[in-house]
Amino acid sequence: MSLSRTEPAPSGAAAPTRARGRSGRRRIWTPSRAAVNTLLLVVSFYTFFPLVWTVFAGAKTAGAVQTGDVLSLRNFNIVGNLRLLWSFQDGIYGRWFLNSLLYAGVGAGVGALICVAAGYAFDKYEFPGKERLFGLVLLGVLVPSAATTLPLYLLAAKAGLVNTYFAVLIPSLVNPFGVYLARVFSAGYVPNETLEAGRIDGASELAMFVKLGLPMLRSGYTTILLFQFSAIWNGFFLALVMLTDQHLFPVSLGIYELNTSLSSEGPALLPVVMLGSVVAILPLVVIFVSLQRFWRAGLTAGSVK
Amino acid sequence: MYRYGTETTVRLINRRASAVGAAPVTAGVTVRRGTGAALLLMAPFFAVFALAVLAPIGYAIYLSQFAQRASGLGFGGLHSVWVGLDNYRRVLTDSTYTSSYLHVLLYAVVAVPLVLGLSVVIALALDSAYALGRRAAQLGLFVPHLVPGVIAALIWAYLYTPQVSPVVKALSSWHVHIEPLGPGFTYPSLINVVLWESLGYNIVIYYASLQAIPREMAEAAVVDGAGEWRTAWHIKLPLIRSAVALTAIFSAIGAMQLFAEPLLLSTAGSTGISQDWTPNLYAYTAAFTRNNDYGAAAAASIILAALAAGLSYVVTRFGKPWRQA
Repeated sequence: MSLSRTEPAPSGAAAPTRARGRSGRRRIWTPSRAAVNTLLLVVSFYTFFPLVWTVFAGAKTAGAVQTGDVLSLRNFNIVGNLRLLWSFQDGIYGRWFLNSLLYAGVGAGVGALICVAAGYAFDKYEFPGKERLFGLVLLGVLVPSAATTLPLYLLAAKAGLVNTYFAVLIPSLVNPFGVYLARVFSAGYVPNETLEAGRIDGASELAMFVKLGLPMLRSGYTTILLFQFSAIWNGFFLALVMLTDQHLFPVSLGIYELNTSLSSEGPALLPVVMLGSVVAILPLVVIFVSLQRFWRAGLTAGSVK
Repeated sequence: MYRYGTETTVRLINRRASAVGAAPVTAGVTVRRGTGAALLLMAPFFAVFALAVLAPIGYAIYLSQFAQRASGLGFGGLHSVWVGLDNYRRVLTDSTYTSSYLHVLLYAVVAVPLVLGLSVVIALALDSAYALGRRAAQLGLFVPHLVPGVIAALIWAYLYTPQVSPVVKALSSWHVHIEPLGPGFTYPSLINVVLWESLGYNIVIYYASLQAIPREMAEAAVVDGAGEWRTAWHIKLPLIRSAVALTAIFSAIGAMQLFAEPLLLSTAGSTGISQDWTPNLYAYTAAFTRNNDYGAAAAASIILAALAAGLSYVVTRFGKPWRQA
């Protein structure tokens, strides 16, 4: 089987890769082959078992989940669960889902653009103090965002921004690592000659970014967007400290709060927690599967030696 | 030659180091032109960066020097008093805070080698000529990384609950009795959740590293008569050393930041995970449940941020194994 090379790392030429498919000559089940594939099978089982269990649990009645009757073909209540998911508390789950889309969509869409603009500028221009400024960006990479979340809350509380969309949205725009990635992508994908040609034609610097740089950085933009989107979608701590109004919750926080309430409210909404979890995972899985080449590029980017 | 994702941070640091003396990659063509445009393009990033990173840190440093004191006879309510470094002294001498670092340290000592070791073995297996379904495996194993941490912990919390879990049931029918939500299973239960989340992610990174090893190297080993196993161990493994070293740093920093998973497990049973079990949980609890002790919360956050930044800076700047790789 041949493994298609994914997006080339920035700046062209793919590294020499070992050809796949040479193993096709022998398909005898040696002990080594059996050992390797058994290991992979066990790992796949470990990876997928909890997911499969959750999918089943989301399709069953609360009673079935509580009594451990999940992995069977009895007690399905798919339609009922779906109806409950979209209707409980006036459809609050749909609201959470849309909120997540808003936070992750706007946060990553705008955030990645901000990163690309900054990374491009770091790559293409020289000015005094540039590397010192870039050092500040690196500091942002090194200080974990979780450690600044609480200070962010303290500041937002002072500014009266707690419990607003902005409290989650503005911090989500910041992605110092994305700036670094964008600088690497810019060095690889935007030839300086193109810009020189543009200058000779009398184009303004900003127009060149929009008309020349940005189109060439499209795949870099998509890669940064993808990782930022998943980071925001999966985020929890920021929303937890910033929001108490459940109409503003993203889906991860909503499910967490709902699950916490089960211990006092009873298990009636347990299927919502399960099915809600499945639905909350789906968008990222769909996006990542369909945009594989971009996230693989992200994992192999930053690689211009 | 190309290197991989997680190496980027090191590369950044290296670049930063070289930037002091050496010229950046693209020097030569670009000249001092359009500095105004450059600043304009950077402005949006630095605006939000200042707003959401620098300002909060600055404010937390400021806030960490104040404490709420009752005024006079206790009638006039609370008011802020400048206490200098007293909050830091208070936090650092609080055994709950120091033991929260002990928890994450103990956790990291077990979890990091376990996660990375297993990931390396599986990536090597996936890269060997024996493996079937490479592409599907690579994609499938990545899926847990797409599950929000809090939901992953939630799913496992149910799979840990005796009446609910098919795993606990199956094991007990084989006379293996485990109590994943009991006090004896604190670390295994937590580590398992994180292992499940991060295994595939690391595998994909290592596998990408393995894929970029020049073909001639592995072939030369085979010509020399080395089998798959020896090639994997003696040729491939040393060549992905740098990727492994870097994911180790990331995992260690991730351990310091643990929050969602222990928070969820702390409410799921008698796991022995308290409300301030990790440094982040401590700061959270100080701010929200312990009389809004913002001074202590700010001090705790600043210490954590400084430690994490210092650790990753020192390791990436002076660490050896990956510098020449």
